[in-house]
Amino acid sequence: MTKINVDGTIVDVPPEFTVLQACEAAGAEIPRFCFHERLSIAGNCRMCLVEVKGGPPKPQASCAINVRDLRPGKDGEPPEVLTKSPMTRKAREGVMEFLLINHPLDCPICDQGGECDLQDQAMAYGVDTSRFAENKRAVEDKYIGVFVRTSMNRCIHCTRCVRFTNEVAGTGDMGSIGRGEDMEITTYLESAMDSELQGCIADLCPVGALLPKPYAFRQRPWELTKTQSIDVMDALGSAIRVDTRFREVMRILPRINDAVNEEWISDKTRQVVDGLKSRRLDRPLVRRDGRLQPASWTEAFAAIAAKVKATTPARIGAIAGDLQSVEDLFALQGLMGLIGSPNLDCRQDGTKLHPAMGRASYLFNATVQGIEDADALLIIGSNPRKESPVLNARIRKRWLKGNFPIGVIGENVDLTYPTLYLGAGPDTLAALPRDFAEILGRAERPLVLVGQGALSRPDGAAVLAKAASLAGAMASAPGGWRGLSVLHTAAARVGALDLGFVPGEGGMDALAMAKAGALDVLFLYGADEIAVEPGAFTVYVGTNGDRGASRADVVLPAATYTEKSGTYVNTEGRVQFAERASFPPGDAREDWAILRALSDALGTKLPYDSLNQLRVKLFAAHPHMARIDEIAEGPVADFTAHVGSAIGREPFVSPVVDFYQTNAIARSSRTMAEASALAANRIKAAQGQMQVAAE
Amino acid sequence: MLHDRDRIFTNLYGFDGWDLESARRRGAWDGTKALIEKGKDWIIAEMKASGLRGRGGAGFPTGMKWSFMPKPDPARPSYLVVNADESEPGTCKDREIMRHDPQLLIEGCLIASFAMGAHACYIYIRGEYVLEKERLEAAVEQAYEANLVGKDNLHGWPFDIYVHHGAGAYICGEETALLESLEGKKGMPRLKPPFPANMGLYGCPTTVNNVESIAVAPTILKRGAAWFAGFGAKNNAGTKLFCVSGHVNKPCNVEEAMSIPFRQLIDEHCGGIRGGWDNLLAVIPGGSSVPLVPANEIIDAPMDFDSLKNLKSALGTAAVIVMDRSTDIVRAIARISYFYRHESCGQCTPCREGTGWMWRVVSRMAEGRAQRREIDMLLEVTTQIEGHTICALGDAAAWPVQGLIRHFRPEIERRIDQYAANPHSDPIRDFGIAAE
Repeated sequence: MTKINVDGTIVDVPPEFTVLQACEAAGAEIPRFCFHERLSIAGNCRMCLVEVKGGPPKPQASCAINVRDLRPGKDGEPPEVLTKSPMTRKAREGVMEFLLINHPLDCPICDQGGECDLQDQAMAYGVDTSRFAENKRAVEDKYIGVFVRTSMNRCIHCTRCVRFTNEVAGTGDMGSIGRGEDMEITTYLESAMDSELQGCIADLCPVGALLPKPYAFRQRPWELTKTQSIDVMDALGSAIRVDTRFREVMRILPRINDAVNEEWISDKTRQVVDGLKSRRLDRPLVRRDGRLQPASWTEAFAAIAAKVKATTPARIGAIAGDLQSVEDLFALQGLMGLIGSPNLDCRQDGTKLHPAMGRASYLFNATVQGIEDADALLIIGSNPRKESPVLNARIRKRWLKGNFPIGVIGENVDLTYPTLYLGAGPDTLAALPRDFAEILGRAERPLVLVGQGALSRPDGAAVLAKAASLAGAMASAPGGWRGLSVLHTAAARVGALDLGFVPGEGGMDALAMAKAGALDVLFLYGADEIAVEPGAFTVYVGTNGDRGASRADVVLPAATYTEKSGTYVNTEGRVQFAERASFPPGDAREDWAILRALSDALGTKLPYDSLNQLRVKLFAAHPHMARIDEIAEGPVADFTAHVGSAIGREPFVSPVVDFYQTNAIARSSRTMAEASALAANRIKAAQGQMQVAAE
Repeated sequence: MLHDRDRIFTNLYGFDGWDLESARRRGAWDGTKALIEKGKDWIIAEMKASGLRGRGGAGFPTGMKWSFMPKPDPARPSYLVVNADESEPGTCKDREIMRHDPQLLIEGCLIASFAMGAHACYIYIRGEYVLEKERLEAAVEQAYEANLVGKDNLHGWPFDIYVHHGAGAYICGEETALLESLEGKKGMPRLKPPFPANMGLYGCPTTVNNVESIAVAPTILKRGAAWFAGFGAKNNAGTKLFCVSGHVNKPCNVEEAMSIPFRQLIDEHCGGIRGGWDNLLAVIPGGSSVPLVPANEIIDAPMDFDSLKNLKSALGTAAVIVMDRSTDIVRAIARISYFYRHESCGQCTPCREGTGWMWRVVSRMAEGRAQRREIDMLLEVTTQIEGHTICALGDAAAWPVQGLIRHFRPEIERRIDQYAANPHSDPIRDFGIAAE
């Protein structure tokens, strides 16, 4: 630790701290534009200048100078930094003036207004009049994709976006061309960005040069109600903030959670907003004369009750979808229990994960933050870039630190960091190339990332057992290293497996239930990723008109993740809580209430009348669900039943084919459709070029 | 006048051949092995004793710079980088060295590399210097053929030398921007610290020296530090190449002792000022980036680092730009301002935004189309740039304007009054520089 004197306050900070960090530790506020905690230091905006006593007689950029580089005073007293001296103030006012001379007076029509760093800091360091009598610079706006709108006149060249795409996203989409006054930030030839995290550059932009395109001219930030929530677009469970205006969700922004998403979220998480509004199921529907027609709740329940009473419990089943909260799954599980049916499953993709193997068999045991401690990585049957872009950014962050060999078995895709491609399928897994096997063997903390591409197949359990053996022994002591890490694609999956939402004794699994003639009544609870063959009377409880609703005989409209308070368990087993930000549209209701009312109609009443009562029951049955933001570390996973069983030969294929279209909400979103089409065109164009090259 | 026997660059004008044979005849590569056998400590001590200050403009003591290099470490090799990106307007000394005496530079590279434990040396040569690049590459080739340099050369110090051709950006003459460019990146200056001696080329310890500083080293070592230190005033030792251009009767490059009075330099080597001494208006004594000095102050001033600093200017690269009374001094500074606006890399705010602002205001002032209060505003803008930037380009852009206002404020005011008395709406003349 090093002592430093900031404006007369002496603080003790680590020597590797920058002066800016030291000043903040001392409680002094330092204005900045280019500096960002999670990006490399550029030192180019010059706004954070401070006066350093005993140094050269000019102000120093506090973001770029380490505390250890400061010279102590003559008698060994701590180095002195002045953040409020006349020299400092003059320097900052000068920089602010330079930033403003070519910045347009756009504030009244700029979406950044109200949350703009330049606006805020101009209040502190700006001058009320302009001395600049020349013409302002005009810069053409650039097209950089469907998520980010540009207004390049406003750019102050802080290069945060450039550094983000180079360092965090790893695609290097943004760059600068030209020099001096003519320097412009752009993508290469104004092509659309290629990253799944591109929306983050609009968050990073300290001014209104990069703004979220779908949100353009919609709302002023001070008019929004902000609610803390959890994302369900992938299994990472990113911390998000849902901004609403009256009943409408206007935008979704990341919250900082260093254990999960740092401060990034994927574009799907951010811009799926319009999917919450379009193709919504807002009243109960009953199929009459071959068409789904509006009905009252009572009529819908009566139609269901008639069918349920006409059959036996063994001919009734339920499949849960990917976006459901733990509470709602618990209610459905309770309902199926009261009906007396063993046919329930949450694994519509057919994954072979099962609570019987132990909780550690289906968690991302290494934890997301633990990726940074790993010293070797093997990716099996997963494309983390598409399945969880933010987690992929964490892997890249670890790779950037160096000394991190990464092997891939599965599809050979661009993960934004170099990998050793080992092979396509189980053959490679059975006989790992010797050099990589040695790397894994030598590693103290090997990480074996297993994706659903390797598990959603008949031999999934055997593949998992094999992968577990490669990850080395699981530490049984709490906090010990467990390298086996399962990357889920469904936000609800871990919570459902924790509840034991799998077929009971003699029950059918999801794939069996979907077969023609397997059941008489099938409850599809937000399950849109499974094709249900004709036959069974199907009840769909969900939010958006998608595959499940069109197959259904009765549709019960429910609430999306922003419209209900719920608990979610992410891929690493972290229990997280989301608050309600808005209300379901029309006649739609919160899911647990629908299930509670349905149970009444079926004559098997669930024993609670409020969400709180439900939670009391839930916490009693599953105590770890009450420990928000914690990971309950279970016993070591047991794979003995599956070791050595037959493994097929088909290559592993990631379940995420189109990143932008993975669930019903995303498929209802116009923005996601645009992004998807753009990505498809890009692939087509690339294939065309390859063909031309081949010819 | 400097005696011919004391000149280091004996073929400055190319009267003799540039090839290895001719260079050897003039004394290059003579006894180099003996110098190397005396060891690095001796070389560095001798360089320090000679009082040689860097010839690239800043005037940092060369021997001390060499001594900053850390001990050799096999994991992090040391590099010598020679800055031959000579782009400062008015400066053309390194060009002559590379054209006519390249072996002196190559010999210096070997000695300097040996002194700081570097086995590789990169010479970064300015993009526009095509002929010089070819000449230098040929000279390096000849040195390799004669086994003077190379992995297994006859001096016993494994050493490779590479000539890298820049792409013509002034900012790449800034040492860290040069390293970025050499690494294949955009030429933008790095933040300091860390300094190149710790984290330079490819993150390894690196010393960046000017061509002239390196090229004079062998002769200093051969003739002794005392001989070199015998020239010039205290703390400003040695001989120096002066590049005199502008309104003198015979513009020339000349090697002279430091601290030579300006009058003597012009009279003896340049045939005097055009139109006589009374016709002298001002002098930019060290390349376009230093403030100008009016005639009465410069005429009897010694041309060295400290004397010119006292005149609030600098020796810089010793590129003396002489301007007589026919010069439109405001327009001249406006043109220099345009140069810095054009060459600013755009990385940091004060320089990116401020250079253009200064150029536009000075351009208006050249025609008198300004307000008197804008003179003080302009001066304040220059101080807002100076010292607030990552590299020294911001300072270099601010100083000429400061010099102009310091010494020629009445001239600017006269023009402003003249225009105010007879205003017109013709567009501001840009004299074709925007088309360049």
